[in-house]
Amino acid sequence: MIDVIVVGAGHAGCEAALASARLGCKTLLITGNLNYVASMPCNPSIGGPAKGIVVREIDALGGEMAKNTDLTHIQMRLLNASKGPAVQALRAQSDKVAYSQRMRQVIENQEGLEILEAYTKELLIKDQTVKGVILEDGTTLLAQAVILTTGTYLNSHVLVGHTKTSMGPDHQKPALGLSPQLRHLGFLLFRLKTGTPPRLRRDTIDFSQTERHDGDAKIWRFSHYQDTRYDVTSQYPCYLTYTNDTTHAIIEENLHRSAMYSGVIEGVGPRYCPSIEDKIVRFADKPRHQIFLEPESASLEEIYVQGFSTSMPHDVQERMIRSMVGLEQAVITKYAYAIEYDAVDARQLWPTLETKLIKHLYMAGQINGSSGYEEAACQGLLAGINAVLKLQMKAPLILKRHEAYIGVLIDDLVTKGTLEPYRLLTSRAEHRLLLRHDNADRRLMPIGHRIGLVNDQVYHLFLEATNNLTALKSTLEETVLVPDEATNKTLKEIGSSPLRDKITFYQLIRRPEISAAHLKHFIADVDFPSEIIESADIDIKYEGYIDKAWRQAEKLLDMERTEIPENLDYKSISNLALEARDKLERVKPLTLGQASRISGVNPSDISVLMVTLKTMQRLKQRTPQKSETMPDKSLSSE
Amino acid sequence: MKYDTIAAIATALGESALNIIRISGPDAFELVKKIWRGPRFDKAPSHTIHYGHVVDGDTVIDEVLLSVFRPPRTFTTEPVVEISCHGGPFVASTILELLVRCGVRLAEKGEFTERAFLHGRIDLTQAESIVDIIASRSRLSLELANKGLDGRVRTLVERFRNDLLAIVAQIEVNIDYPEYDDVEQLTTSVVLPRIDALIVRLLEVLTRARDGQVIREGVKTAIIGRPNVGKSSLLNALIGEDKAIVTDIHGTTRDLVEASVTFGGITLHLVDTAGIREAADKVEKIGIEKARQALADAELILFVLDNNVPLSEEDERLLDLTAHKKRIVIINKIDLESKIGRHFDDSIPLSALNKTHLDALQTRIRETVLTSDLNLGEHTYVSNARQIARLHQALAALEEARRSAQARLPVDMVELDLKHAWAILGEIIGDTQDTALLDALFSRFCLGK
Repeated sequence: MIDVIVVGAGHAGCEAALASARLGCKTLLITGNLNYVASMPCNPSIGGPAKGIVVREIDALGGEMAKNTDLTHIQMRLLNASKGPAVQALRAQSDKVAYSQRMRQVIENQEGLEILEAYTKELLIKDQTVKGVILEDGTTLLAQAVILTTGTYLNSHVLVGHTKTSMGPDHQKPALGLSPQLRHLGFLLFRLKTGTPPRLRRDTIDFSQTERHDGDAKIWRFSHYQDTRYDVTSQYPCYLTYTNDTTHAIIEENLHRSAMYSGVIEGVGPRYCPSIEDKIVRFADKPRHQIFLEPESASLEEIYVQGFSTSMPHDVQERMIRSMVGLEQAVITKYAYAIEYDAVDARQLWPTLETKLIKHLYMAGQINGSSGYEEAACQGLLAGINAVLKLQMKAPLILKRHEAYIGVLIDDLVTKGTLEPYRLLTSRAEHRLLLRHDNADRRLMPIGHRIGLVNDQVYHLFLEATNNLTALKSTLEETVLVPDEATNKTLKEIGSSPLRDKITFYQLIRRPEISAAHLKHFIADVDFPSEIIESADIDIKYEGYIDKAWRQAEKLLDMERTEIPENLDYKSISNLALEARDKLERVKPLTLGQASRISGVNPSDISVLMVTLKTMQRLKQRTPQKSETMPDKSLSSE
Repeated sequence: MKYDTIAAIATALGESALNIIRISGPDAFELVKKIWRGPRFDKAPSHTIHYGHVVDGDTVIDEVLLSVFRPPRTFTTEPVVEISCHGGPFVASTILELLVRCGVRLAEKGEFTERAFLHGRIDLTQAESIVDIIASRSRLSLELANKGLDGRVRTLVERFRNDLLAIVAQIEVNIDYPEYDDVEQLTTSVVLPRIDALIVRLLEVLTRARDGQVIREGVKTAIIGRPNVGKSSLLNALIGEDKAIVTDIHGTTRDLVEASVTFGGITLHLVDTAGIREAADKVEKIGIEKARQALADAELILFVLDNNVPLSEEDERLLDLTAHKKRIVIINKIDLESKIGRHFDDSIPLSALNKTHLDALQTRIRETVLTSDLNLGEHTYVSNARQIARLHQALAALEEARRSAQARLPVDMVELDLKHAWAILGEIIGDTQDTALLDALFSRFCLGK
């Protein structure tokens, strides 16, 4: 007997299946093609602003993406290094071949996890509960829970120029059976569109004409408790070139031949990922656009052309590419295409990612309207965790917006839904100072350990690091500097101004140019890992700001803690505005906080809800109060 | 819940001898302490009254009584402070404005009752009516949003917000697309002067906002002077001069209010005091008591002296009595021989009977009650207390951003408060949707993979 079936082995599916198996459920992962496990059909990179923080969050909760990236990347950088701690994030250029292979190994070696190459035709449903799946060959597989992580495969169409082909990414077969059934079950399906740029043959590019971008000279890693060292000098560089007047002219002349502009595409594309023809039309005044050339793998000769997503016919793509500096002789190995697919309105999901219509059916990743490997992976992880928790009759894991970017992402999707493929951005988080990449472990690893995905050994290392941080902070508080000659000389040497009064090192760190790392100039025998020093610096330098962010988050916490019954009859609350009633009925928020974020529900509706909930609660209290008097009665009767 | 500290004027606005401002919430004591000069009340026992002054820095705003209520035996069951101040809308709203600047939120209609219910103090049977109040509140605010908001206010706030958004969106693009080179990387030193400029602009808006309040609510003006100096003729002259809008103030009329007159956009609620002197009989005593009260309530004093009579002891006494007030000294009857025997700086000589030099008086009145150069039709007046409160909060956020910038913090830290200010200003014009920022990001900048 299988406990959990996961349909689709992309980034969401892999995390879901691993989480489920690691938590002790017999799990089956079904994929259309074993060679495409955790594949990267678009950009060969993982991380970046907000997304890189999600990767660390996934690691803290016991997911696989961070470890897999650390072991297979070919370049690593810290982005926003000159900005504040809240917006810094790592980004890796992934080796897409190595990434996929290593993930497949992990899955194949995972105890309790089977993998099957097949297409799923139908869900098996009884009493509004999912009971398993039926494969295309007619085989029925029973399970207690099913997680759909179908990515861009649902009823997908690939579009190039005026041709539209029923096909998934990388010439894969699309999933055709599920969409009609989901619609029949009452799910609201809508079309989304995304695209990918062409790939070029490495040896046909003249890189000397372009600008070279290297990886950082420092070793970085997403996962803190796995030994991953690499040679920083053997990283692969990326290169930068630009579009020009000729490129723009070619595009303008051929706009009518683009799938985007010829009316072939029904799906809504993401604004943050426009095709190059979109950019030229919407920003006509820009003389050029940046085009990054990124290596896809150490074992592939292909170069990804970032910024050049298009749905032009092949001949136009060739002319466009060759109009750019360094690419005059470039040979396209894979043409750009746009892809359209079915997504489900995520407002039909609970924040656990279980569907409201069908019990024990979960959805994660692009099927929910999101975009990006990281966004998919974290949803898969949470869907896997929640499916298991539900089968084990334990409380679900719902991350709050001030706890994790994952919480922001899922809450946005299930509360507001989305009209375009949803990408995480730092601007989506209202408490970004709390959601830093340096504190992801501190925020989430206790949760990962409690659930059982972070093992004792790793957790022990984490606790050690936490203790180290505490120890460093108290050392800093206990170290008092007096304004003598030696101290001021040392301060001058590290580029800081002399002291006038005595001061603790803790206070000294408030100076922008001072770090806990400077402690060693003043006292001997201190040795803390650089990551601990970084955390201490951030905690101390930004103490006031972090405290303020906490206070703001706490103000909203009461609302987040006030639960709303799943079956609350909003129609019976006459004082709710009509629009609010409809929206609340549709989303069925689990907390007052979630209710307050639904567009169209305004503060006075929330007040009405508060009073209604309080009334219900007090009416309920009345009954037990009476029954509490019972023992007295029984005593007196004795 | 959203249990922050809230405040409202608990008495009906209008012509009353006293007003009460009620403050409720976890930080009520802490916040009121910031505007209080007097004995410590925060350690005082519950249900006690304390005498002192409400101050704005070193400036005394009013002489007040302060009542302290400790939980749970308070109206809301939260810590509650009530300030009894002098009557008239001006004093009470000034105190309220001070509180808002310190971090108090203006209460919504019925919010004290709502809290009392949510904290379990009010009976269940009242739940229904509370919900009705809340619902009517939302209808009311909808109405206000629809027609109450002056189009010019909207334009002003929108323009300011757009300029703020331009900075915020650019910083967010820098954050989310660090390699995107089409847009200048905003740094703290680039942003600082732009924040300074925004603060100056917002301060200007706030100055005009206060004038807006003057314009909307009018100024309580007492005409003071010995009998027969020409107080009534002055009153008539002021009314007649502008073929004035003479109205009975609905619902607020008190014996002493003779008329309201509007000129140049300002409304004066004129009070002609019967004359203040030692009382001869009982009836007159009552009149004089009222006059003294009018004097205490008045926000502006028109002090009338007779040019034709030497300055008397009684004049001197009245001058002393009104010395601390906003006052304009008027030398009346300049058509007659000058016997007054004293020169007053900044006095206005005129003849009420012949209606000469009245324009000089009007100009002086405007200069005295308004802080900004008033030009109706061109300027914008934000005159709603809630709007003013939001403007203050936005200003505080901008000042916070400036402090961060001056402390050389990374630009994304500075931006946190800029974004906060932008959100607060959105509440003024009812634009609280959080998609606007993302829209700005993608419509202004060419981003993508």
